[in-house]
Amino acid sequence: MADIPANQATLTTADGVPLKTKLRQTQRRMKMRALGLVLPLLAFIAVTFIWPIGLMVYRGVDNPVFSEVMPNTNAALARWDTQADEIPPEDIVAIVARDLAQARRDKTMGRVATRMNYDLPGSRSLITSSARKLAKIEGDVVWTEEMVKIDKRWGERKTWMAMRLASERYTMAFYMAALDRTFDEDGNITMQPEERQIYVTLFLRTVWVSLLITVLCILLAYPISYLMATLPLRTSNLLMVMVLLPFWTSLLVRTTSWIVLLQKQGVLNDILVFIGVFSDEGRIRMIYNMTGTVIAMTHILLPFMVLPLYSVMKTISPSYVRAARSLGATPARAFWKIYFPQSVPGIGAGSILVFILAVGYYITPALVGGESGQLISNFIAFHMQKSLNWSLAAALGGILLGGVLALYWIYNKLVGIDNMKMG
Amino acid sequence: MADSNEPIVRFINVQKSYDGEILVVKNLNLDIARGEFLTMLGPSGSGKTTCLMMLAGFEPATNGDITLNGKPINNVPPHKRGIGMVFQNYALFPHMTVAENLSFPLEVRRMGKDEIESRVTRALEMVRLPEMAGRRPGQLSGGQQQRVAVARALVFDPDLVLMDEPLGALDKNPREEMQYEIKHIHESLGVSVVYVTHDQSEALTMSNRIAVFNDGIVQQLSTPDALYERPENAFVAQFIGENNRLMGTVKEVNGESCTIEVDGGGAVIALAVNIAGKGERTTLSLRPERVTINPPEGSVPNVFEGTVEELIYLGDHIRARVNVCGHDDFIVKVPNASGHAALKEKTKVKVGWEFEDCRALDA
Ligand SMILES: Nc1ncnc2c1ncn2[C@@H]1O[C@H](COP(=O)(O)OP(=O)(O)OP(=O)(O)O)[C@@H](O)[C@H]1O
Ligand SMILES: [Mg+2]
Repeated sequence: MADIPANQATLTTADGVPLKTKLRQTQRRMKMRALGLVLPLLAFIAVTFIWPIGLMVYRGVDNPVFSEVMPNTNAALARWDTQADEIPPEDIVAIVARDLAQARRDKTMGRVATRMNYDLPGSRSLITSSARKLAKIEGDVVWTEEMVKIDKRWGERKTWMAMRLASERYTMAFYMAALDRTFDEDGNITMQPEERQIYVTLFLRTVWVSLLITVLCILLAYPISYLMATLPLRTSNLLMVMVLLPFWTSLLVRTTSWIVLLQKQGVLNDILVFIGVFSDEGRIRMIYNMTGTVIAMTHILLPFMVLPLYSVMKTISPSYVRAARSLGATPARAFWKIYFPQSVPGIGAGSILVFILAVGYYITPALVGGESGQLISNFIAFHMQKSLNWSLAAALGGILLGGVLALYWIYNKLVGIDNMKMG
Repeated sequence: MADSNEPIVRFINVQKSYDGEILVVKNLNLDIARGEFLTMLGPSGSGKTTCLMMLAGFEPATNGDITLNGKPINNVPPHKRGIGMVFQNYALFPHMTVAENLSFPLEVRRMGKDEIESRVTRALEMVRLPEMAGRRPGQLSGGQQQRVAVARALVFDPDLVLMDEPLGALDKNPREEMQYEIKHIHESLGVSVVYVTHDQSEALTMSNRIAVFNDGIVQQLSTPDALYERPENAFVAQFIGENNRLMGTVKEVNGESCTIEVDGGGAVIALAVNIAGKGERTTLSLRPERVTINPPEGSVPNVFEGTVEELIYLGDHIRARVNVCGHDDFIVKVPNASGHAALKEKTKVKVGWEFEDCRALDA
């Protein structure tokens, strides 16, 4: 179309506005309207979802205690040349000592002590007793000497390094701790001592258990969904009710019924003993361990696999398999080459749902997991409710969130998220 | 290969019931000749698809035998029957390209790579879509998908191809184009085709023979012209083409002609085709184009007076609705030839017809 006259090169509407501008205007109007429609939901999600999650991630790095209670300490310790001096010089120590004394007088000492205790186990009493004694000292003294006199740990580099880290306004310490890492005396990242390394194993265990549950769900849900999608409506409705029935039952009831079934004196063991699979002494433990967690969670998450699978299979017309058969494919081949590939989007959708739910599951492992069946969320809950180390809980949660997002990203790269169908 | 005079498919006393109560196919006896284009035509629910499914092997026959190339196939699974099939909704595999769709039946048969490639190319050329090999079915128009479906059913050289309303989803123009193409492919390849449709003009233009189905029974099996000109019962007469029905009672039978007392009054001389005997009820069937307006005195045996109720101008002919013998839905097609009768609504006219054109059929 090289020979269009110049005046026709740009199309215009009847009132002389170039067509492209006009189109852009209409599109912008449409976008504004669409935005208006989603705005309420967007606001709701922002308030109830994005804001709390943002807050949680932030809490994992937030470290306000020192800046509120001992406002001069952080700046002072930052001036400490850790390469040159073993412990901070006298002028810095003086500032810290006065801050400690002041905190004692303000009765806010406890927060500092707790905070220090996270980084340097056993330092709670050091802080509280030192602060009490420092508060009594009046006049000019050599603070370094006085403090070492109160407790000789003030002469150690370790104590001061810990305080320097703990006093920073923002800290990576909680995220490091969530990955079993810590800072050593020289401020380098090192592994926690062996007996305190739990979280990495726990993360890996959580991912592995979730994968196992996802695979079990696929294996169990696929045949049932297939039946539901192919059987006559009345039978398939019955199956659907059977799948949904657990859904309508309280989670606690379902979990506790598993306890009844699986415990050592429970129904399943009784039956196995009765039919002679093993003797009465040989009863196996199927609950309060990883087995219990896996069985109960697979059961609870199964509907989340069945429903997307079913809705995808429902749309696969039986004429595809018939066509394949008429073209000469055996039933197995027709299934594998024609039916299965078309059901993959359902597997994808179900797997993502089940996996993400499993990774964050809390109640079931707490009830039936015993000691070995605990997952990462149980520890997050522990730090939220028992140890009250919310920052560490936030860091663990933040890492979990990041991990899930990363897996989602990998899934998108490998399978393509557009390939996923919820129905 | 089997003797070429032997039918490729025989249905022998075949019955089919899905629920054990109602027979959907009542007693089917049908021979399909080698190389024939046979159409099953009939209203919805008459059992056409069911017959095709039994032939393809997706539904078992409740009773009777079906033979393919002389061998009974009741116990042969679908994938061993070697019958090509085109489905109404095409059933192209959506996750495969056109070329992969076409090579599927060949791969199943373990053909070599080169052989597959050349056959796929040839099949795509046959349906004039050689440049679409890399596309997915979702990227093709309805007509193009239909062609691919036809090519896929033919690519492995079956002797028999079944097509269940293959053009049902197409608009008028691509539909007529495809009718021609399928016909052309049938003629050039010499395969036998069993074609299902409920569009009678499609059946008339494409087929060698047509089996008219109703209520699980083949009402008539004839060539298209015989079906139109010599329907054997009232259902076929009514179903194929336009038709005037006059109900009446047989008064007298004279060899091949008979006299019928029509319900609204008047005696009609008609061809006795399918009547039970004297005094029995019958339906007279008369094509609208076989009726003449104001016939010359004594030229035809049946002449009646009627009133023109309605005139519709259709260019090449004029449709007149006339009230004759107490039937006010009697249609006459008046050809728009020079000197044709000038009709006016609400005026009296004489209508007349030959006795052979008026067929006395079952009631
Ligand atoms: N799978 C089935 N189960 C039970 N009844 C069926 C089944 N398939 C068809 N029928 C019944 O059998 C009868 C014939 O159906 P069939 O599909 O053969 O009709 P058809 O002639 O192909 O009609 P159409 O022109 O609408 O496709 C119908 O009454 C239908 O309700
Ligand atoms: Mg049908």
